[in-house]
Amino acid sequence: MNTAPASVPLLAVEDLSVEFRTRSGTVRALDRIGFELHRGETMALVGESGSGKSVTAYAIMGILDEAARTTSGRIVFGGLDLVHADDKAMGEIRGRELAIIFQNPRTALNPIRPVGRQIADILLRHGNVTAALAPQHAIDMLARVRIPDPKRRALSYPFELSGGMCQRVMIAMALACEPQLLIADEPTTGLDITTQAVIMDLIAELAAEQNMATLLITHDLGLAAEYCGHIAVMHAGHIVETAPTAALFATPRHPYTAKLIAATPGGAPDLAGLASIPGALPDLRRADLPPCRYTARCERVATDCEELPLRRLALGAGHHVACHFPL
Amino acid sequence: MLLLRRLATALPSIAGVIIVTFLLTRALPGDPAAYFAGPAATTQAIDEIRHQLGLDRSLPVQFLDYLGQLARGDLGTSLSTGQPVLAELLTRLPASAELTLLGLVLSVVIAVPLGIAAAMRPGAPVDHFCRVVTTAGVSLPTFFTGLLLVYVFYYLMGIAPAPLGRLDVFSSAPPHWTGFYLIDSLLARDLPTFGAALAQLVLPAATLAIFSLAPLARITRASMLAALGSEFVRTARASGLSRRRIVYVYAFRNAVLPVITTLGMVFSFLLGANVLVEKVFAWPGVGSYAVEALIASDYAPVQGFVLTMALLYVLLNLGIDLVYGLVDPRVRLEA
Ligand SMILES: Nc1ncnc2c1ncn2[C@@H]1O[C@H](COP(=O)(O)OP(=O)(O)OP(=O)(O)O)[C@@H](O)[C@H]1O
Ligand SMILES: [Mg+2]
Repeated sequence: MNTAPASVPLLAVEDLSVEFRTRSGTVRALDRIGFELHRGETMALVGESGSGKSVTAYAIMGILDEAARTTSGRIVFGGLDLVHADDKAMGEIRGRELAIIFQNPRTALNPIRPVGRQIADILLRHGNVTAALAPQHAIDMLARVRIPDPKRRALSYPFELSGGMCQRVMIAMALACEPQLLIADEPTTGLDITTQAVIMDLIAELAAEQNMATLLITHDLGLAAEYCGHIAVMHAGHIVETAPTAALFATPRHPYTAKLIAATPGGAPDLAGLASIPGALPDLRRADLPPCRYTARCERVATDCEELPLRRLALGAGHHVACHFPL
Repeated sequence: MLLLRRLATALPSIAGVIIVTFLLTRALPGDPAAYFAGPAATTQAIDEIRHQLGLDRSLPVQFLDYLGQLARGDLGTSLSTGQPVLAELLTRLPASAELTLLGLVLSVVIAVPLGIAAAMRPGAPVDHFCRVVTTAGVSLPTFFTGLLLVYVFYYLMGIAPAPLGRLDVFSSAPPHWTGFYLIDSLLARDLPTFGAALAQLVLPAATLAIFSLAPLARITRASMLAALGSEFVRTARASGLSRRRIVYVYAFRNAVLPVITTLGMVFSFLLGANVLVEKVFAWPGVGSYAVEALIASDYAPVQGFVLTMALLYVLLNLGIDLVYGLVDPRVRLEA
């Protein structure tokens, strides 16, 4: 289905660059990244810490902080360019068409507001229900994410719930208005292994039920492979390779991807594995960053890599790589 | 229930205050017996007065006497006025309370919106203004601010009334309901008296407000900044909630918690600052009463004053705890 050229993607990130102006210099957090996501598809964004996964997610949601500047590119979602959309339009889309769940469900919820009311706030904002019905709808949402005794739980505060329960509440909030796209930014980090699987299954199931596209952000290539049809690999603010999951594992074309896969034995979740790739991310505040930001860690590096602008090569069947000398 | 438990935890501090005030007044310089006997008195006369006052007995015995009196609600008699201390404190307390509360309300009404505005636009002019206000507020001693205000608005510009108490000489006190002239005059539908009372109140209340503005504005700004940068505000933004809802319902209600705590602290500072401000404005409150008694080495009013302040302080903290519990469910459920 991803080969059908006529289908318009739900989300197309094109040439997107984001910088942060900080006291210690400009952080070039994203550099001309691009990828596409179709209705109902699931895609993973993987990469080590600091590679720009969350910045990508926040840029799509339009919730980057004040220090951020989008210096190039577009984010086309349902025909609208989110980079240039005004606050009012974004306010309408956020929470209704586009939703996000965060890594730390406990701190991502308002500590002094009952969780049912936090869900109801969103329902009311997007005009789906009347004030009288909102509480009941919130309870229904809690039931949908399988929170036991939802009626009572709706009155609970986040500190009375376990981390897993809080993440379910976050999911209920995100899905309350049946969005087209769900971004899950490391939704299971900080939860124990069993809860992780339960939460991931819940997200996958609800996404399939309402034909929602999902962008899963994770460190964990194994998790990405298990739940996503496509994988985009990020490194230091670049998307170095995008491919259908099977193709990525069978024939990784970027040296970094190959290293990642080698470091993730049997698809087992392995944070330490990512760290075992030699070298570190370059300092993104450097003014003289090479066109390819992987050069310092790459075994195949040549002079071209340091001089020629990096291009995204299409290798067919949705497989793209940003490398002068792909494997 | 919660109320009782909080009250119980306050008992030791009240007992401590009773002991400390007793010892402190005994340790103060000056001999009340000599003071009351007058400069021409003989040693014999002074000894006699000392005996009458019970000051020749041992400290533990004096302390037991004192406790017995307290238990009967007797705070002793002022030597300089000859009146029971409790009655005098009660007639003067409304004057102090009205002044302090008005000062506090004034400063909250200014400081909280200022802090919020500063937090919402860090680095903007309003933020710099907030910084100037908080720095100036802490560096000015209250009696100095008071004198300055009197000098400028009464002496130079002549738009404030003379700093001589709660009402000017042409007005008479409204009927006594609450003891708060502003409220009583309104209840009596006596607008001229209301105006006169308000005119007298403005400068001393402003003095207290300027003093308490700084900590309140600073904490509001800081906690509002923290709340606006928090993850749950990010969630609220990502959910498309309106800006007003995010700022006032999500951020502010969380940010108000440290403000409430600071409010309690500021109030207790104000109780202290009151003493000097009342002196500057000839305010017939408990503060000026205590200062006069202190100068006269008149123990009983001083003890009564300190005890009253301690009780007020305890009650205040109780109130703060209760309000805090209303806002923050985490506190409510722990108890
Ligand atoms: N508000 C900000 N101000 C300055 N720099 C920022 C800001 N947010 C992110 N960055 C920088 O952007 C880069 C990418 O950060 P990002 O949070 O997207 O990483 P990530 O891939 O999500 O990592 P993690 O797996 O740790 O969440 C980092 O170098 C980070 O320091
Ligand atoms: Mg992140």
